[in-house]
Amino acid sequence: MRKKWMSVSFMLFVISALVLAACGGGSGNGNGNGNSAAGGESEAGASLLDEIKSRDKLVVGVKFDTKLFGLKDPASGEVEGFDIDIAKALAKSILGDENKIELKEVTSKTRIPMLNNNEIDMIIATMTITEERREQVDFSEVYFEAGQSLLVKKGSPIQSVEDVTSGTKVLAVKGATSVDNIKEIAPDATVLEFENYQDAFSALKAGQGDVLTTDNSILYGMMAQDANYEVVGEPFTDEPYGIAMKKGETALVEAVNEGLAALKSSGEYNTIYEKWIGEAPSE
Amino acid sequence: MPDFSILTENFDIYLHGFRNTILASVIALLGSFAIGTVIAVFRITPIRPLRWAGAMYVEFIRNIPLLLVVFVFFYGLPSLGITLSGFVCGTLGLMIYTASFIAEAIRAGIMSVPKGQLEAAQASGLTYVQAMRYVVLPQAIKIVIPPLSNQSLNLIKNSSILGVFAGLDLMYFGDQIASRTYVTFDTYIFVALFYLVLTLPLSYMARQLERKLAKSG
Amino acid sequence: MDFAGALSPDNLRFILEGFYVTLKVAFISIVLSFVLGCLVGTIRYAKIPILAPVLGVIVEILRNLPLLLIIFFTRFALPDIGIKLDVVTSAIVALTLFEGAIISEIVRSGLNSVNKGQIEASRSSGLGYTQTLWHIVMPQGLRRMVPPLVSQFIALLKDTSLAVVISLPELMNHSKIVIAQSYDFVIPVLMVVALLYFSVNYALSLIARRLEAKFV
Repeated sequence: MRKKWMSVSFMLFVISALVLAACGGGSGNGNGNGNSAAGGESEAGASLLDEIKSRDKLVVGVKFDTKLFGLKDPASGEVEGFDIDIAKALAKSILGDENKIELKEVTSKTRIPMLNNNEIDMIIATMTITEERREQVDFSEVYFEAGQSLLVKKGSPIQSVEDVTSGTKVLAVKGATSVDNIKEIAPDATVLEFENYQDAFSALKAGQGDVLTTDNSILYGMMAQDANYEVVGEPFTDEPYGIAMKKGETALVEAVNEGLAALKSSGEYNTIYEKWIGEAPSE
Repeated sequence: MPDFSILTENFDIYLHGFRNTILASVIALLGSFAIGTVIAVFRITPIRPLRWAGAMYVEFIRNIPLLLVVFVFFYGLPSLGITLSGFVCGTLGLMIYTASFIAEAIRAGIMSVPKGQLEAAQASGLTYVQAMRYVVLPQAIKIVIPPLSNQSLNLIKNSSILGVFAGLDLMYFGDQIASRTYVTFDTYIFVALFYLVLTLPLSYMARQLERKLAKSG
Repeated sequence: MDFAGALSPDNLRFILEGFYVTLKVAFISIVLSFVLGCLVGTIRYAKIPILAPVLGVIVEILRNLPLLLIIFFTRFALPDIGIKLDVVTSAIVALTLFEGAIISEIVRSGLNSVNKGQIEASRSSGLGYTQTLWHIVMPQGLRRMVPPLVSQFIALLKDTSLAVVISLPELMNHSKIVIAQSYDFVIPVLMVVALLYFSVNYALSLIARRLEAKFV
C-alpha cells in the first residue's frame, strides 16, 4: 500500500518536473517573437478595467529605490513618493478607496516585461513617454514634466552636459531613456549601466564614475539623500512622464485620464506635487 | 522560432560581450589556480600560522556568496581609496572566490594519497620532491581533475555576475540589447546559446577526461 | 564608516527581514531541488527509456547555463507561455531547476558508484529490480552523496543572492537599500551581511563534516 502511494507521488513529481523543465529549457520554440505574443494580443471578453473592478484591487508597478517618487522606507517598510500618491489617488477614483492597491517593485529594466506579462495593471514609475515605447504600451496623459540632468559630487569639474566628453565615465540605469540620450549628446563618453538607481548612486559615491545621469526629478531625490552631491546644469531633454498600460486597454486608459484630470481640477494634484517636489508645478 | 534578426543585428555587441566573458574567465581561472594551489600548500604545511590562515581563507570565502565578494570590491574598496572597474572587480571576485574551492580540491587530492606511500618512497631513496612528483601527485591528479574541471565550468557560468557591475560581459550586453529592442525572450535565448557554446564542449571534454582517468586507475 | 548609524535598530531589523526571505526561499528550494534531483537522478540511473535521455538533455542544458540567466528567464520568459509566477515563486522555480539538475548528477553518480557485483548478487538471490534499488543501491549511494549534497545546499543558499536582479526582497536587496542611505554604511552593512551568510553556511558545513565522519 505504502509502495503504491509512493509510486503515485513519484509519477506526479516526474510529470510536474517535466512540465517545469520543458518550459524552462525548451520554451524557445513555439513562442516566436516574445514581444508580439505578449504585447499585441487583445483578450476576448472582459477588459482589464472590468477585471480590476471585479477583483477590487489595483496592481501598480512602482519604483522602490527612487527617493521622492517611490522609495521603500526601511523603518516602516512602506513605499512612499509622488508616484505612490498618484497611484493611490487613481485607486480612489477607479475603485473608490485609495487603499485598494497593491504595489509591486519594478526597475526600468523589468517594468515593460512585467506589464506585458499581466503582472501589473499599470506602470507609474518615472517613465518617460517615447515613440518607441508607444509601440510597446499605451500611455496616459503626461502627469509629470521632468528633464534629464546630471548629478555630480560637489566640486566636480563637470558643471554641465558640455563638460561630458571622452574619458568621462557616466553612470546610468539599464533600460532608461537617459542612456540613449546621453549617448547621443556625448557620444565619446563611457556609459556604464546598472540594475537600478540605488546601484548607480552607490557607484557614484564609490567613485566608479564621474557623473550620474537621469531625470532631474530623480536626481533631486538623491541630492536630498546625500548633501555631498548636487545637480548641475540645465536639463537637456524633455522627459514627460506617463502612466503606461498594456496595449489596447482603451477603457482603462480613459479611466486613468479621467482620474488624472479630476485630480488636477480638484487641486489634489498640486498638493501631492508640493508635498514631494517642494514647490508648485509650473504652468 | 526565435527572431534571428535580434542576433544578426546585434551580433557585434553579443560578440564584444562574449569576448569579455572569455577574457574574464581565463584570467580568473589562471589566477584562481595559482591562489588555490598556494592556499592548498598553506593548509598542509607543518607551519601552524600558515595552516590557520589557509583554513580561514577557505572557510570564510566558501561560505559567502560570490555576489557579496564582488560587491565588496566594487562598492566597498573605494572607501579605502581603491577604485577598480566593474570588469576588474568581477574578475578579481571570481578569482578569490573560486580559489577557495580549488584549494580544497587540491588539498583533498593530496590528502587522499596515503602518507605511508610518501614515507615509503622516501625510504627507498627518493627525495621529497621526487616522491611528490612520481608517487603522490600522479595519484592525486586523478582525484583532483574532476572537481577542478567542475570548478572551471562554475567559474565560466559565474562570470555572468559581471553584468550586475557594468562589467561589459555577455550578460551586461544582453541586458542592453533586451532593453533596447524590448524583445526580452529572444535576446536571452541567444545569450544562453553563447554561454552553451562555451560550457557544453568543456563539460563534454571534462567528462571524457574523467572517464579516461577512471579507466587508467 | 558609521557603525552606529548603519546598524540602527530599524536598519538591522530591515536587514534581518531580508535574511528571513533568503532563508525561506533557500529552504523551500533545497527541499524541492532535492526531491527533483533524486527523481531525475534515479530515472537516469535506471535508464528508463525515453524519459532518461530527454531528462539528460534538459539537465545538460540547465547545469551549463549561468543561474543568473535562468532566474531572469523564469521571471520574464515563462509568463510569455502562460505561466505567471510572482517574484518569490519564480526565484524558487529557477533555483529548483538549476540546483535540481546539479543534484540529479550527484545522485546519479552516487548510485553508479555502488559495486555492480552487489547488484547482481542481490538480483540472483531473488530480489526484484526496485527492491534491489531500494534496499541495496540507495542506502550505499546515499552515503556517498551526503558530502556533495550538503555543499550543494550551501551553494544554493548563497545563490539566492542572485535573485536581487529580479528584486526579490532578500538579504542583498535589503542591505542595498540600507547602504543607499549613506556611503558610510557600506562597510558595516557588508560586514553584517557576510557574517549572516557565513554563520548559517558554516554551521551547515560543520553538520556535513559530522555526517561525513559518521557515514564514511
